Amino acid sequence: MSELTPEQTEELKKRRRKRSIALALVLGALAILFYAVTIVKIGPAIFQRPL
Amino acid sequence: MTFVSDQNERPLYSSADVEDYFALLKPRVMSLVIFTAIVGLLVAPGAVHPLIGFTAILCIAIGAGASGALNMWYDADIDAIMSRTVNRPIPAGKVTKQEALAFGLVLSAFSVLTLGLLVNWVAAGLLAFTIFFYAVIYTMWLKRWTPQNIVIGGAAGSFPPMIGWAAVTGTITIESVILFLIIFLWTPPHFWALALYKKGDYQEAGIPMLPNVKGERATQNQILIYSLLLAAVALAPALLGFASYAYGAAAALLSAGFVFYAAILWRKDDLVEMKKAARKLFAFSLVYLFAIFLVLAADMGATKVLGSMI
Repeated sequence: MSELTPEQTEELKKRRRKRSIALALVLGALAILFYAVTIVKIGPAIFQRPL
Repeated sequence: MTFVSDQNERPLYSSADVEDYFALLKPRVMSLVIFTAIVGLLVAPGAVHPLIGFTAILCIAIGAGASGALNMWYDADIDAIMSRTVNRPIPAGKVTKQEALAFGLVLSAFSVLTLGLLVNWVAAGLLAFTIFFYAVIYTMWLKRWTPQNIVIGGAAGSFPPMIGWAAVTGTITIESVILFLIIFLWTPPHFWALALYKKGDYQEAGIPMLPNVKGERATQNQILIYSLLLAAVALAPALLGFASYAYGAAAALLSAGFVFYAAILWRKDDLVEMKKAARKLFAFSLVYLFAIFLVLAADMGATKVLGSMI
């Protein structure tokens, strides 16, 4: 760490931020995928719940 | 993501860019996997909801990418030697070995579980086996040990259309096994053609490819034998009656081309001429596989669409 210049530290932080955003997008997409497939699988029956 | 490492010479912070992680997935191999898996999905009898089909293809693609990352983790030492692979993320110093391993394992688990939960467990089981086969049996065991490495390792690349088929039907049948066999028999002549003109690279890395171990003559012979077997299997869908004769005619024409290039290569004794012929066969083999699957998809897709309209 001590050998890193401020510019290099800045660059590493930038890349870490990019990785974090990419991971967040992937996890978000995974949640949406599971939600959408659940709807598709249950189909119209999703409205037939006992009141 | 490894930020802290026990090795002192390793950086404390990961310096990997998102693109470097993406490169670990072997995007070019993945595109072929996606293509053949889609064909398997299309030609299977019956149909699935488009979203389920999309999910299946996504999981197969990610699973294939994961095995690519595991392969790069294990093969980092030899990738650093060969000119073809020296720019991969690990030898280029962009991603550490540990990061690639973690990335590959996590994606393997997620792709298999997602495929099982959202599509079906037969397809998921096949995907898990494919990843295991490529990462462990091929990469860790066969690749550095036997000149038959790609014959058996090629099986991993042959599974995607079978997984696509299983995603629709939940079964393994003779038709999906033939899709498997087409790629399986295509792989050795395809890679041996490459190995013939990249012999020096494999020599340096100490990979026992067929030309390095048994020589050019034996490789040329084997390429011709596999080409003939491939031609026979490529015709099988029409002969067994699950593709039309239009497909059969196209497959016969393409296979004749493949055998033609293999035969030209077989006749060359001069080293320079032989390498030229090997390059031509390699280029044609890519066109061949793409065309065979495209024709098969068009043929069986057309039959299905027509059938559903009547």
